[in-house]
Amino acid sequence: MTESTGGAPATPGVLEPWEVFRREKDGDPMRHGGSVMAPDATLALHYAREMFSRRQESVHLWVVRRGDIHDLADLDLLQPPLDRSFKKPGGYVMRDKLAAAREQSGQAKPKANKGTR
Amino acid sequence: MTDPLALDPVLPPRERSALPFNDAALDHDERYRHFAEHVTGGGKVEATDWMPDEYRTQVLRFVEMHANSELMGVLPEREWIMRAPTLRRKLALTAKVQDEVGHAQLLYRVAEDLGKPREAMIQDLLDGKTKFHNVFHYPTKSWADIGIIAWLVDAAAIVAQQALRDSSYAPYARTMKKICWEESVHIMHGRDVVVTMATGTPAQRAAIQEALDRWWGPLMQMHGPRSDRAKDRDIHWRIKAKTSEELRQEFLGIYVPRIRELGLTLPDAPLALDPATGVWAYDEPDWNELRTVVTNHGPMSQERLDFRRANWAATQWVRDAILGSPRAAVA
Repeated sequence: MTESTGGAPATPGVLEPWEVFRREKDGDPMRHGGSVMAPDATLALHYAREMFSRRQESVHLWVVRRGDIHDLADLDLLQPPLDRSFKKPGGYVMRDKLAAAREQSGQAKPKANKGTR
Repeated sequence: MTDPLALDPVLPPRERSALPFNDAALDHDERYRHFAEHVTGGGKVEATDWMPDEYRTQVLRFVEMHANSELMGVLPEREWIMRAPTLRRKLALTAKVQDEVGHAQLLYRVAEDLGKPREAMIQDLLDGKTKFHNVFHYPTKSWADIGIIAWLVDAAAIVAQQALRDSSYAPYARTMKKICWEESVHIMHGRDVVVTMATGTPAQRAAIQEALDRWWGPLMQMHGPRSDRAKDRDIHWRIKAKTSEELRQEFLGIYVPRIRELGLTLPDAPLALDPATGVWAYDEPDWNELRTVVTNHGPMSQERLDFRRANWAATQWVRDAILGSPRAAVA
């Protein structure tokens, strides 16, 4: 068991929420599992192990003091109110242009294959 | 066709996931209106979102009662750990008790984020100010009770809990996903105990039938009396999705055939499915018994609360040690 070295030291005797992240199996990303209340990282990890791997359902756990999480939820930045469809595959609809191209070249429509583009 | 240079200046607000009720610049009524529209339209609420007092209170009351029930629910079963018939059964029962305490921990965690400290919730439970589920106020008289509780009490509970995985309060919904996954193992353990006894010696068969007869009343009361969907605030706020009668019907639909296939009988003469309507008729549960029991006047209410009180006092040193400042202790 390792202890976090970053962030401000926990205040002794004060319970705080610690967010728990867990990896279910090797190769999976860390996913948020829930949270526990603890006065320090050591006890937070003990609680996390008890709550999130009692059934051997995790191979790796992180605990992060909630206060140490930097958060961004500004929709002007995350979901800018502009049309960004040119950044997505669905923003390129070529069906009519391709039909015109085939007509121009006299070629039949190719059979569907595994390629997507 | 999209011309990348022809940028539409602004998408309509609905296409963004902004939650207008979080906007502190709006007045309360406006925020309330946005919140109600969001939630009744199937939107989710996080702990950090603004919410009306009524919503916060309703969710807290609901989750606190659930947490209390998990915590008290282990006491009837715990009495049989030392008397389990085999080592495997003892391990399974111990694990179940451990799980249920874990569920209480997860649920108190959800509840305390809504503003009520855990100590206050435990104190209210011990003082009889808050409630726990009716089925945990009864004695466990034989090993057969352990099978009936793990199979049918957990089954009746999971019917309700599965519907809670869609709760509008997202931290609760996420917790319920985890809890349902664990509860499904308890049901298998309980069903295995019941099937083993139902196919065992005449004495085992008689014991399981006797336990079923005794538990049927409390099981039928467990979801509560019929209620008016339109007046149910928990349903209005989508904290829960189904009425008590819908849950009871669902429970009967799944479990009556499974009970009967074992050759067990139910002490409920009118119990039958109307094939035309798909609705089960049943003997009216004793709602007076339910009210008596959940107000802590059940056969084991005070004994179980006394045990919790004694346990709470006996473990005070652990909480002190956890909260105690190591530096102060040295000085």
